[in-house]
Amino acid sequence: MRRAPYALVLAAAAACAQGQARPAATPPPAPARPQAAPQPRAPVPFPSTYRPFPSTATLIRGGTVMTAAGQVIPNGQVLMVDGKIAAVGATVDAPAGVTVVDATGKYVTPGVIDVHSHLGVYPSPGVQAHSDGNEATQPNTAEVWAEHSVWPQDPGFVRALEGGVTTMQILPGSANLFGGRSVVLKNVPARTVQEMKFPGAPYGLKMACGENPKRVYGNRGGPSTRMGEMAWDRQAWIRAAAYRDKWDRWDRDHQGTQPERDLELETMAGVLRGEILVHNHCYRADEMAQMMDMAREFGYRIRSFHHGVEAYKVRDLLARDSIAGSLWADWWGFKMEALDFTRANLALVFEAGARAIVHSDDPTGIQKLNQEAAKAIEAGREAGVAITENDALRWLTANPAWALGIDQWVGTLEAGKNADVVIWSGNPFSVYTRADRVYIDGALMFDRFDPHRRPRTDFEVGLFPAEAGR
Amino acid sequence: MRRAILSAAALLLAGPAAAQTIAITGGTVYPVSGAPIPNGTVLIRDGRIAAVGTNVAIPAGAQRIDATGKWVTPGLFESSTNLGLTEVSQVEETNDFRLNQSQEGGDQVAAAFNVSDGINPRSMVIPVTRIAGVTTVVSRPSGGLIAGQAIAIDLLGNRVEDMTIVSPVAMFASLAENSRAAGNGARAGQTMRLREVLEDARAWARNREAFERGETRDFSVSRLDLAALQPVLAGRLPLAVEVHRASDIQSVLRIGREYGLKLVIVGGTEAWMVADDLRRANVPVLVKVLSNLPESFEVLGATYENAARLRRAGVQVAITSGETFKAYNIRQEAGNAVAYGLPWDEAFRAVTLAPAQIWGVADRYGSLEAGKVADVVVWSGDPLELLTRVEHVIIRGHEVPLVSRETELRDRYRHIDQNRAYRP
Repeated sequence: MRRAPYALVLAAAAACAQGQARPAATPPPAPARPQAAPQPRAPVPFPSTYRPFPSTATLIRGGTVMTAAGQVIPNGQVLMVDGKIAAVGATVDAPAGVTVVDATGKYVTPGVIDVHSHLGVYPSPGVQAHSDGNEATQPNTAEVWAEHSVWPQDPGFVRALEGGVTTMQILPGSANLFGGRSVVLKNVPARTVQEMKFPGAPYGLKMACGENPKRVYGNRGGPSTRMGEMAWDRQAWIRAAAYRDKWDRWDRDHQGTQPERDLELETMAGVLRGEILVHNHCYRADEMAQMMDMAREFGYRIRSFHHGVEAYKVRDLLARDSIAGSLWADWWGFKMEALDFTRANLALVFEAGARAIVHSDDPTGIQKLNQEAAKAIEAGREAGVAITENDALRWLTANPAWALGIDQWVGTLEAGKNADVVIWSGNPFSVYTRADRVYIDGALMFDRFDPHRRPRTDFEVGLFPAEAGR
Repeated sequence: MRRAILSAAALLLAGPAAAQTIAITGGTVYPVSGAPIPNGTVLIRDGRIAAVGTNVAIPAGAQRIDATGKWVTPGLFESSTNLGLTEVSQVEETNDFRLNQSQEGGDQVAAAFNVSDGINPRSMVIPVTRIAGVTTVVSRPSGGLIAGQAIAIDLLGNRVEDMTIVSPVAMFASLAENSRAAGNGARAGQTMRLREVLEDARAWARNREAFERGETRDFSVSRLDLAALQPVLAGRLPLAVEVHRASDIQSVLRIGREYGLKLVIVGGTEAWMVADDLRRANVPVLVKVLSNLPESFEVLGATYENAARLRRAGVQVAITSGETFKAYNIRQEAGNAVAYGLPWDEAFRAVTLAPAQIWGVADRYGSLEAGKVADVVVWSGDPLELLTRVEHVIIRGHEVPLVSRETELRDRYRHIDQNRAYRP
């Protein structure tokens, strides 16, 4: 399955439009009025304008290096050059003039990746004017893109950075059956969301099953039951398949008139083509099984179930279908579908061979995902699941990188990958540990001990008069 | 394993008369009221701590718990929760912590609303919480200007009266943004309303017989509420006020001075900014540590360092999870307080003895001292560390089985068996 960055299908459409032949025997145009030259069509809409921040070649040495690729190297070394990890090991060859960072007594890991965040779309402060996470006006809004709601000045972004988070997927909420496209962002200060967009990352499509959509739409024309939700979903996929077939024919033959773009069906067709990854909010075991069968009916894959409070009950099915479980350590009790929780959920899913992921869905939780993983380790060990620290680290790094389709670039400390690195004050699974330094693409984005490397967003500038003594 | 559960359950059903003698030996004992005791013994008899120390004589026939290599501490004390008053948040029929106060024209003052009759001792949330080491909670009402009366309970018992330590333990109120409707949409409206309620309660007390004869002016709250407010006016029953913005905390302190109230600040997100005022007024703060985002305009000053800054300024602090279903995360809250500047002893005190003192039950709770109620937990290590396991939980001298609905579901699904024999 080839994963194309963003929507190359749109590039093809634009190119076709520009290549259309003009009909013969038209009268010559009237003398032209002065006109602005038409703007060339962008091949890819809303492209990333991300550029790495300035960096210098850096050698981190003396700390316990946890690569998340199987190695834990006591007194190890990580070399970062030109934004990439150049080498990792007990000792590495470092170029002359490299900046040396002494990590003695500290731990070095890949950057933390959160696959489920609403930072920017439900930002702080949580006022009505900022409430942009759910386009709750109809059950299928596959046409919306979460990035168009992201407010880059959400203070939650820099708090997450202080918690070691270097990459996040920002999703629409779960009011809708099809919530819209998600976006993968690098956790860098930015004026525009395009400056944060992870280059090359595929889009995701947020889907939701269960209680939320029928609670929102039950009195507004439906769906009002789970069976109604499934029918709505399947009807939508039928239309999406027809749309995909129509465009596939056009792309192949250019016969007749070019079909009209439909943003909703375009996103869904992207899923059917395997270009857009499905992130499916779903709590109950039986509903996860239904969603898996629907995916099979229409030939698409679910990349990850999200929340999955009952994932442990069907963890064999998740493993069989290579579906990741993006889960909480211990959230429960707020809804019927969140009642059958167990704190061993993550560990059991991991033990079954499915990719277990710790996610937050919360602007405070995202800051302490390492602690959430620690709770899941303990609960898993209590249940008799064998879990190493490398295993658990992957719940925060390598597995979410896979779920977001960016694992060729991030998620482990391996030569050639992006230098997204965290230096922790101690073992990342200790409650007392804090992130000391956070690097993104080799650039030092956060340093707990340097007042000039502790970013704030615009919202927090000048919040209190000087005499308030903040 | 099932046999152990059944015999432990049988012990629970037997009443206080059958309370055993238990000796916890060999562990490092953290009394909180004093220095840790290596290789210490905690002797429990008839539901109380009989002795704590290194040379404690253990009577014959005592059940022994070997705590070698482990930590022995008081049970954790959660100061603000709806535990026992809800089963599933979105199933309205299970929610018993609020009197419809969010409705238009609904009663924002429910001083007489005591939650006791709504407590479900058999709530599935109780075992989930106590197997994590939380033995004692203040279960409180929520909502409105004055939510009502909270009670302090131990998480063991088949009847609410058997669980209850003190009822009422406090009157809970809110001058935060969540009670703006009570003030007709303005902060000074909220304080105006609170003063009006307190004035009416004073006036009623001066003219009780006349009120019964119908010869007083109209009061702005009901007869039951007027009576319920008397202990608050007398400064005997704490008024626990949820409030966050620095200026709003100062408003609450003003009202406290005017009426001679015994205040507790609940939440107090910006309390660190007015720490000197709080110390001078001798008002404690119930802090939720993991709050550092400007989620609304009343918490722009949120910082993880709140608890540490308050303690350094001499303000008494208890730490709360602020949760009902996840009250077990009070350990994580306290651990994070340490990460952000609070010494370990202070943080552990903030979830044991400090709440007991704030709620007026420190004569019986909050530390391991002879004579106190035997709420004791044995941990595999530092209780604030997340990789630490709970080994034993003892409430009022009874060991509780480390079983909850969540462990039972885990055990049911420990192996997914394709043959699918019937699972008990």
